[in-house]
Amino acid sequence: MAGFVAEFGVLWGTLLAVAQVLAVMVMLLLTLAFILLFDRKVWAAVQMRKGPNVVGPFGLLQSFADFFKFVFKEIVIPAGANKTVFILAPLMTLVLAFAAWAVVPIAPGWVISDLNVGILYLFAISSLGVYGIIMGGWASNSKYPFLGSLRSAAQMVSYEVSIGFVIITVLLLVGSMNLTAIVSNQADGVWAWHAFAWPTVFVMFPMFVIFFISALAETNRPPFDLPEAESELVAGYQVEYSSTPYLLFMIGEYLNIVLMCAMIAILFLGGWHPPWGPIESAPLPGWAVPIAGFLVLYAKIWFVFFLFAMVKAIVPRYRYDQLMRLGWKVFLPTALAAVIAVGAYRVHEVAAARAAPAAIMEMTGG
Amino acid sequence: MELSGLWLEYLPVLILLALAAAIGAGFMAAAWVLAPKDPNKEKISAYECGFNAFDDARMKFDVRFYLVSILFIIFDLEVAFLFPWIFEVNEGNIFAFWSMMVFLGVLTIGFVYEWRKGALEWE
Repeated sequence: MAGFVAEFGVLWGTLLAVAQVLAVMVMLLLTLAFILLFDRKVWAAVQMRKGPNVVGPFGLLQSFADFFKFVFKEIVIPAGANKTVFILAPLMTLVLAFAAWAVVPIAPGWVISDLNVGILYLFAISSLGVYGIIMGGWASNSKYPFLGSLRSAAQMVSYEVSIGFVIITVLLLVGSMNLTAIVSNQADGVWAWHAFAWPTVFVMFPMFVIFFISALAETNRPPFDLPEAESELVAGYQVEYSSTPYLLFMIGEYLNIVLMCAMIAILFLGGWHPPWGPIESAPLPGWAVPIAGFLVLYAKIWFVFFLFAMVKAIVPRYRYDQLMRLGWKVFLPTALAAVIAVGAYRVHEVAAARAAPAAIMEMTGG
Repeated sequence: MELSGLWLEYLPVLILLALAAAIGAGFMAAAWVLAPKDPNKEKISAYECGFNAFDDARMKFDVRFYLVSILFIIFDLEVAFLFPWIFEVNEGNIFAFWSMMVFLGVLTIGFVYEWRKGALEWE
């Protein structure tokens, strides 16, 4: 945006920034439409079904048909509900889910706002995500949504903590909170990716796994979909929602899932760098580098989402006490120990690197 | 109007927030305009298993949900304190490293205490 304003002036620069934001949002919504279908297709394939295959070729237009069905359904607001909060809750979920994408670089140089505290911003926004759910559950004034929202909130905040510690271990290796800097730190092929880099792989690969599982819990994905455990709470905090307010909750949920996939790709799997080296070294003209980078990152996001979908298809649901035990008694101490281990390794590595040139200077009398 | 650096960094975020709110409100307005509106007493009553809801749904709930959120605040703050610490570690500042270890040690004592007291138990 700063570049736009410097080049085209305030008015046209702002309009260009608006166009840029719109482009990202349209891309996200289209991705969402197909990733939802992909989710259902994977699930169907595991169960030896065909999945949606009627609307459009191979069912590709299924999500768009679903969208129109949502729009033509009646908005039911329960008599006992607090109408303002009831309507605001899905809106808040959607806005916060979109807001997180403001700092995510989708290709080298392609980012809505390249904040130097990018990951702190992401951390803050994802903490706020609980509000939409609490508001929705409380405003419905019905027992099932109320209990569902309590469960959901407790689950999300529990795993938020381990996600925070895991993010710290990555930041310790990078020394910056800017997401572009985090990706640049992993440019030299698959053995420089944070999940596999030597010698921290013994700590960072388990952290990668913890982040993956916490991401499942944080986004209420199966096997941690307890808020909407159909057999106990019908549909959790969304019970009283219908039509497009329900759609907004769904879009928000899937946006968060795709965001978590993108964060896994950026923090641990090298972002837009292909497995054999930096994207900049590819034999491509300069203008094609961001496009190639975008495609690489996009492929990684789809790969991580494929893992999410497979977990949904093959893993049975957790019990609530098991879920809380895993979060607080396993992940939290493990991630805390990892922060200390990586911190100790990093501080000594940097201190040694700083001391080495000075020692050589002393020896040579320089 | 002169736009300073901070404005230029955060203005796109505001634009994104505004557009996201507009899209969300647009979706809801679309259903409001296009969909039928035919509420009746049964349809707008709170969901229950076949009978009318007895009383208000804002009832007492388990204190452990409250406890979990308090624990979350403590540990989330701890993470927030760790964020600036990473820069000192990447400067090779051994003193900063050990200062944080003392802080983490104090919090770990608290964590062990709440674990032994059973604050993390769900049955």
